[in-house]
This record gives sequence, structure tokens and C-alpha cells, in this order.
Amino acid sequence: MTARTNRLGRSALTGLTWLVALLFVFPVIWMVVTSFKHEVDAATDPPTFAFAPTLEQFTTILDRGFLPYLANSAFVTVLSTALVLLLGVPAAYALSLAPVKQTSNALGFFLSTKMLPIVAAIIPLYIISQNLGMLDNVWALIVLYAGMNLPLAVWMMRSFFLEVPTEMIEAARVDGAKLPTVLYRVILPVVAPGIAATALICVIFSWTEFFYAVNLTAAQAGTVPVFLVGFITSEGLFWAQLSAAALLASLPVMIVGWIAQNHLVRGLSMGAVK
Amino acid sequence: MRRPEPRRRGFLARLGILLTALLPAAGCAGAGALGAGGETLVIAIVSNPQMEDAVALSHRFEAQHPGVQLKFVQLPENQARAKITASVANEGGEFDAVMISNYETPQWAENGWLENLQPRIDADPGYDAGDFIPSIREALSHQGDMYAVPFYGESSFVAYRKDLFAKAGLAMPDNPTWEQIRGFAKRLHDPANGIAGICLRGKPGWGESLAPFNTVVNTFGGRWYDENWNAKLDSPEFRKAWNFYIDLVRNHGEVGASSAGFQECGNRYGRGQAAMWYDATVMAGTNEDPKSSEVVGKSGYAPAPRQRTEAGGWLYTWSLAIPKVAENKDTAWEFLRWMTGKEFVRTVGNEFGWNRVPTGSRNSTYDIPQYRKAAEAYAQPTLDAISVADQQHTMTKPVPYEGIQFLSIPEFQDLGTRVSQQLSAAIAGQKTPEEALQQAQEYAVTVGKSYQESGE
Repeated sequence: MTARTNRLGRSALTGLTWLVALLFVFPVIWMVVTSFKHEVDAATDPPTFAFAPTLEQFTTILDRGFLPYLANSAFVTVLSTALVLLLGVPAAYALSLAPVKQTSNALGFFLSTKMLPIVAAIIPLYIISQNLGMLDNVWALIVLYAGMNLPLAVWMMRSFFLEVPTEMIEAARVDGAKLPTVLYRVILPVVAPGIAATALICVIFSWTEFFYAVNLTAAQAGTVPVFLVGFITSEGLFWAQLSAAALLASLPVMIVGWIAQNHLVRGLSMGAVK
Repeated sequence: MRRPEPRRRGFLARLGILLTALLPAAGCAGAGALGAGGETLVIAIVSNPQMEDAVALSHRFEAQHPGVQLKFVQLPENQARAKITASVANEGGEFDAVMISNYETPQWAENGWLENLQPRIDADPGYDAGDFIPSIREALSHQGDMYAVPFYGESSFVAYRKDLFAKAGLAMPDNPTWEQIRGFAKRLHDPANGIAGICLRGKPGWGESLAPFNTVVNTFGGRWYDENWNAKLDSPEFRKAWNFYIDLVRNHGEVGASSAGFQECGNRYGRGQAAMWYDATVMAGTNEDPKSSEVVGKSGYAPAPRQRTEAGGWLYTWSLAIPKVAENKDTAWEFLRWMTGKEFVRTVGNEFGWNRVPTGSRNSTYDIPQYRKAAEAYAQPTLDAISVADQQHTMTKPVPYEGIQFLSIPEFQDLGTRVSQQLSAAIAGQKTPEEALQQAQEYAVTVGKSYQESGE
């Protein structure tokens, strides 16, 4: 009797899990479906699943010059993430494993840079960029995105470093390993999934960032989100086009996330000492 | 100590390879090298369908102007407005040409942010600026000189279902008043069959509900400010218009009116769920397009309702201007005259169809037989509406600001949105009309004071 109730309960839980999962994935599925519709089919009320699929929207988007935006986004995302890791990982190491003074103040300072709403700083940023001749320039975005993601990366990486058991580091030292060896052979393997997770977060935030991009770029340095909103119009139908553009825009992040997924889950759930 | 796990390093290495592989591809675009030796025009435009058509035809301009490359930055209305304002006001210089409306043009011309186009227009008889509809030309001028040239223009009018009117034995007068419109709405309001008497915008936003509402204020004899910037939202005329609009939409309007804008009303009317719809003249294109409407051919179009004035419509135009700091002004002008010229209208008509031409800017468009045929039901009403849309025809008293359905002052984006939120709250029944109006008046007083203090 109890076993049966148990099993019932478990299948109910499974069903619920699926339901919740579907609920979360449905908008994405709907976006994919809509992207293969004609505009008229996308605007029907009630919505329809029965329609003649078309690639029309995707051709329109490619015709409208999607690739330069994609390239800009990739360039900005990759370089800003690399910059964040280059600066953030050593900083996090210093603020966790290496004893430095004023650790909590430094951490507080990092976090405080996230407290000012961007909108309050955008006009000064615009004028500074203008004076430096950096308007509509991908390098301005790279610096800004690195600044935007750095505090987050430091905090995230710090928590990963703190999980490295001190016994491991001490054991390595006892075996005669010097700092570079300890860093590379002992600490890095343990925090590698953490670095991957941090990198992925930075990639996602840089990839989807809209506000800086729309204000500081024009024809040269525009990124994918800026291209995306160009399909929204106040007169006429645009849902199918917008869905197709959104699908293309989210594909790269989906792919990176999918590649990283196993490693992330494994890394985050696994202890360093078994 | 464990050895580093090979798979993990493998993952990082693979990620590294993937990222590195992306770099060279991005590098070329990232550096943003221009076409060698040529001139690049960067144009910021609003992403509406008619602008899309212009972008699609831009290769023709490039073919006519060898060495010139056009680059468009397309954004939805709100983003475009914010972006273009920031760029032009700060003299950012990213754009050689920008799309702005008659809301910005007089202000920006006065601020010295825009190139005076009049000398170029005067030196160019072939462009025929005399062909622009006078009210539009006036709305884009500052001290008699044009600072922007119109791409398309609109006023407002009433679409009504001829079949429903006939069934009820009603006839739309040639020049209806708001009282008459209310009478029709009352008669035709049929919630049981899902038909609203009239669809009116109630969605907050200075460009949403305030556009139709302000035309009601004007024709009822109200105004936002007197000549000395005293807020007049609590005057009897304004209050009468306020209560009239709220009552009309609450009693005989669409369901969910407080969140209905142009799009929502368009959908309802197109699905046959409203007997009348008072909105922008461009709505006719949507109503008469079988792709988006189930009521094609069933509508008549009457002038914007009036009460105490000769006319009651609004005036809006998307137009092109050249920022003062633009580098390639001569080439930019070449582009402006191409996109706003007579020939462009014909090109669009021949390429994409006559229901897609940009209208409401040039009188000559309405002489094109193909267009007259395609837009038989609404071409003349649109032209008539735009022609009388100026302050002289739509207001009873002088005001210290430009504009009909908006006040062409920088504060209006914020003030208008706040007041429209009060209007929506009253339409939704969250506040009494009187409470909402008092709050709106307070907002307006604050803005008025800043003008009184600066002595303007």
C-alpha cells in the first residue's frame, strides 16, 4: 500500500516536473514555431499550429544584414569575457585564498559598482565616448561589458576558490610544489567548472546586453539585440520576423550553453575530495 | 593529490578553440573598415513598414550615386526617438541623416541642432517643395525655413462601418460633431454581439491616448496653457472634454479600453468588433488590406469630429533632417531629396504596390491615378484631413506652444505620459475623472512654472 502511494506520489512529482519544464520552455518553442510562419499566420487570434511553414523570415533577416551584427556581438562577447576572466580570476584568487588586507572592503567596492542604475550614467558615458572618439566602436562596448561583468565574476569565482580544500593546497606545498604549480595543477582543475560557469554567465550577459549597445553604437558597432529590436514596428505585423531574428540571435548562446551544460552541472555538484 | 582531470581540460581547450575560431570572423566587422575610398552615409530611421520599403530600395540610390554607401540604423519608435535625441543634442555626429517628427523639428531647429534645409530646397526647383501639403510644410518649419522634409504624413479621422450604419438606419454627416458621434456610438454599442460603439485609445503614453484625446480638448475649446503658461487643465472646457472622452469610452467603447492603443484598436476594428474607430489616417491602409482585415470595403471615412472648431484632426509626420554636426551634408541632402521626392512615391508604387506608397506629404501623390484607385475609399478624406490640420483650424484660443495633439516642448514627453496615466486610470475606473484631472493639473502647473520663471 505504502509502496503504491509512494510510486503514485513519485509519478505525480514527475508529471509536475514535466509540466513546469514545459511551462518554462513553451515561450521558446512558440518562438521557434512562429519564426517559420508567414506574418499573417503569426497574427491569428486564436493562435494556430496549423500553417504552411516558410523560410521567408530567415531570408529577410539575412538580407537585412544580420551577419555584421552577429560578428560584432561575437567579437564583443568573446573579448569582454576574456578580459573579465583575465582580471577577475586573479582578483578572486587574491580575495579568497591569498590573504590580502581589506578583503571585505574590496568586495564591497566591486559590488557597489553595480548599484548605480546604468540609465543614470548613460549620458556621461556617451559624452566620454564621444570625446574619446569611441562612439559606435566595438572597443567601447568591450570595456563597458568587462566592467559590467567583472564584479559578478569576482564574487562568483571567489566562492569557487573558497571551496578548494586548504588541505589540498597544503598537501601540494608539502610535496614541494611552488605557487605556479599549485595554481595550475591543484587549484585550476578544481575551479575549472567554476571558470566555465562564470564565463558562460559573462557570455550570456554580454550577448543579451541592449542598453549600452543601443545608446553607444550606430551603423558600425551595433550588436545583435540592437538589430533585433529593429523588427518591432508600431504600424503593421512583425511577430514572425521578430521571432525568426530572436531565434537566430539566441542560437549561439544556446549552443555554447549546451556544450558547457554537462561540465557545468558535473562541476557544480561534485566535491573536490571524494 | 589528483592529477588534473583530462576531460575538463579538454572542455576548456575546446571552448578556447571555439572562441578563437569566432575571433577572426568578428575581427573584420569589429574593426569596422569602410568601403575603400567611398563615402558612407549613416541614417537613423524608425522601423515602420514604409521605411523598410525605402531601405529595400536604397540600392537604387547607391546605383545612382557611385561611391556612396548607405547604412541604416533601424529602431522602433521609442528607441529611435531616444537614440536620435541623445545623438543630436550631444552633437555625437554618428548620423548624417535622422528621422524625426514634427514634435522634434521646431524645438531642435530653435536649439540650432539641425541644418537649415531651405537654401538647398530653394536651389533645387526640381525637388518641388511647393508640392508639400502646406500644413505639413508649416509644421516642419522654423521662422519660415524648413529644417526637415516629410517622408509621410498623417492626420486623424473616423472609420465607420457603413453596413452597421445602414442596418441601424443611421447616416454619417459630412462633418460630424463629437455629440453626433456619441449618439451613433450609443445606438451601435452592442456588447452582446461583441461590437463596441467606438474604439478609442486609452493606453497611457503621450503618443497613445493623448493624441486622440488632445484633439477633443482642442475642439471643445480647451488648452493646456494660456499665453502666460498658466496650466488650464482645470478650466471648464478642458474638464468637459476630459469627462466626455472618459464617458464615451467607458460607456460605448471597447472592452479593456485603458490598455488599448493603435494596434489593439486596429485588431478589433479589423475583426469587426467596433462600429467606429477614431484614429490616425494611416489606419485606412490596414482596414482595407485583406491580409489584416475582415471588414475590407465595409468602411466609410469621415473627418475628425469637431465641436467648436472648423476641424478636429491632428497632424503628424515622419520626416528627415540633417544634424548640424553631420559630416557629409551634401550627400545627405541628395539622400533626403531622393527619399522624399516625387519619383520615390512612384517607385514604391510600381515596385511594391500602390497601397504601400508613403502618403500625406505631397499633393502630387493624390493626383496619381493608380494611387487614387488603390486608395479610393480614403485618399481624399486623408488629404482633406491633413490639409486643415493646423492650430488655426483646430483650436479656439491662442497657445504658447506648437503642435496639435502634442505640445512641442521637451517636457511634454514626461508630462504627457503622466497626464495620460491619469486619463487611463479614470477610464479603468481606478480613479474618479475629477481626482485624475486634479492630479493632471498639478503636473501641468509644475511644468508651466518652469516656463514662467525662465520668462519665456
